[in-house]
Amino acid sequence: MNLSNALKYYVGATALGKPLLHYQKKQNQKRIRKMALKNDPHLNPPLMANTRMSQLLSEQYLKGRFTQGVKKVAWHSSGAPIEILQALGFFLYTPDNHAAMCGARKLGAEYSEIAENKGYSRDICSYARTDIGSFLSGKTPVGKIPKPDIIVVCNNICQTILHWYQTMGVYYDAPVFVIDTPFLYGDAKAHDIAYVKQQLEELVPVAEKIVGKQLSRKRLQEIVRIGKDCSDLWCEVLYRARQRPAPLSGFDAFILMGPVVALRGEASSVDFYHEVLKEIDTRIENGIGVVKNEKYRILWDNLPIWYRLSWFSKTLASLGIVAAISNYTYQWAEPAQYMDPAKPMEGVAKTYLHSLLNRSAGYKLGHMEKMVEEFSLDGVLFHSDRSCKPYSMGQLDQSKTLLDKLGIPCLTIDSDHNDSRVFSEGQVMTRLQAFSEMLG
Amino acid sequence: MGYMGVDIGSSTCCAVIVDGKGETLATAMVPTGARNEKAIGTVTCQVLEQTGLKEQAIRAKVSTGYGRKQVKDCAFDKTEIVCHAKGIQAYFPGTSMLIDIGGQDSKVIQIHPSGRVVNFAMNDKCAAGTGRFLETMARVLEIDIKEFDGLDIGDKGTQKISNMCTVFAESEVVSLIAQGMDLGEIVSGINRSIATRTFSLAKRVTSDLSKEQIAMSGGVANNLGVVRSLSRLMEKKIEVPPHPGIIGALGAAIFARETDL
Repeated sequence: MNLSNALKYYVGATALGKPLLHYQKKQNQKRIRKMALKNDPHLNPPLMANTRMSQLLSEQYLKGRFTQGVKKVAWHSSGAPIEILQALGFFLYTPDNHAAMCGARKLGAEYSEIAENKGYSRDICSYARTDIGSFLSGKTPVGKIPKPDIIVVCNNICQTILHWYQTMGVYYDAPVFVIDTPFLYGDAKAHDIAYVKQQLEELVPVAEKIVGKQLSRKRLQEIVRIGKDCSDLWCEVLYRARQRPAPLSGFDAFILMGPVVALRGEASSVDFYHEVLKEIDTRIENGIGVVKNEKYRILWDNLPIWYRLSWFSKTLASLGIVAAISNYTYQWAEPAQYMDPAKPMEGVAKTYLHSLLNRSAGYKLGHMEKMVEEFSLDGVLFHSDRSCKPYSMGQLDQSKTLLDKLGIPCLTIDSDHNDSRVFSEGQVMTRLQAFSEMLG
Repeated sequence: MGYMGVDIGSSTCCAVIVDGKGETLATAMVPTGARNEKAIGTVTCQVLEQTGLKEQAIRAKVSTGYGRKQVKDCAFDKTEIVCHAKGIQAYFPGTSMLIDIGGQDSKVIQIHPSGRVVNFAMNDKCAAGTGRFLETMARVLEIDIKEFDGLDIGDKGTQKISNMCTVFAESEVVSLIAQGMDLGEIVSGINRSIATRTFSLAKRVTSDLSKEQIAMSGGVANNLGVVRSLSRLMEKKIEVPPHPGIIGALGAAIFARETDL
């Protein structure tokens, strides 16, 4: 460890960084209180917990600015097993999370064009194009991103991610470790779990060599326990939306899920979700919902449209609709059942095998049917995401089945999660309004 | 006394006035052009003139279409989806599937026996298979768009227009003309191309076409060559109202009347 870098890390990330982020949090809280005074006709103000979420993620990015030369850095895909890396003390960075943040800050189209101008096809996932555009140009809203010492990618969410991460490996001259999860048409078989577990064991010496120390299996158990607690709490948070009126919406969850995606083995994430539950329970006691005049409750299928989160939230609220749950956010809740601190490697293997996107379209349909019942839903909104073929494939059959079997009206909107050039407000507005007319 | 519906679409702007019983008293249609307000003003004046009613005699007005938010003094606005579904019932009660092909988009709407819309599919991404496609082809063939029906040779024609895109299909038609292809063959191929696209859209909405009572609305339904071609593909009769282009405005007018029920 370089002493000069360590000092910069301490001053930047801790001594100066923490008070700065604390100040930012207070300013954000003031902004939410002002929103409450404006008395929006359709929406109640957002949860205060958003300010703590922002602080947690900002802290991680701030640490990232100063971490080079202090800690070894591991870049990992959002569905990758992070437990081993975390137990070894790597600084963790999720390019998918960074891409989503760029999308939310309306930078997705700009960064995508940079990648496209370098020859990357517009048909590639917009997360990939956003991120590639970012590292090719050096542009990012988070200041400075530490270079990877290792890149770990798991194909349990798609195949594009393999090529995206391999591209990063070439660009940064960093080793890329691929964890291959066989696609599950049913439940995972013993050989599927053994196969993934073996790959996790193979990752250990590779990661140990980079970081220069041995993995503590006890520390690993602790990380798995924290990760399981975090996911369990996240599941509880999401399930609070079964209340009527829903105290949080899918759009709240798209933001609040940041820690369980990027920081799930951290004790601060566990504390955060306890805080979220407390605030939500207060809302429930006082009968406060996200939407002031909640008439209809829907499920949002697929990734969010990051650059239009607020627009969708307000527009649906003006139609009396709350997106009570999304199966996208639920991806980081369901696997908690497989985490097992007593058998960490096996639990981790099972968890990441059972990612929603690693399962059949029929499983996803069954999952949606269950959510329709559990959350008392009136309809399902399918976001046909141009960038995400694995998630979008099967939506036509799923919507037909939901309508024929459960009588649930469904709407499909065509857009993209990060590329705003694919979004047409007038056309989407017509479909949303027609959907509300169908629900009514 | 009357109730008005205004449908401000991408190609045409229509207005309809119905009486207290829902009977149509007047209809008007003009090209939308570049200025929505002018088109709205023109059709509104035309229907009022036809009925002799003053504006104050209109008890409620409902707007629909892409420009629906720009129509002033409306009780409310409704999407063209529900308005077309409402309007078609006035001509063909019991319609369970409505195919609406307008200037720039096409829709297939599934309607419950109660009249409620239960499902719909839209193509609003691509002009192929819409009125714009026909306009482009009419220009290339140097014919009036109204001639597409009469020139169609039905299932005797075998020519296919293979290009998905209107722009490339235009080039394809130019090359067919240069090869001396019979005009009837080309026209039939164009009509069949629209029918094929619409058929795919319909199959997204329903698993079993044989059970549906099908009708068409929108300007393209004036081209009976497309209607016949689609009917052959679907193996179903397709009902077409006398003025398919005003069905959206009619539906809006009926919604306006319902405010007094």
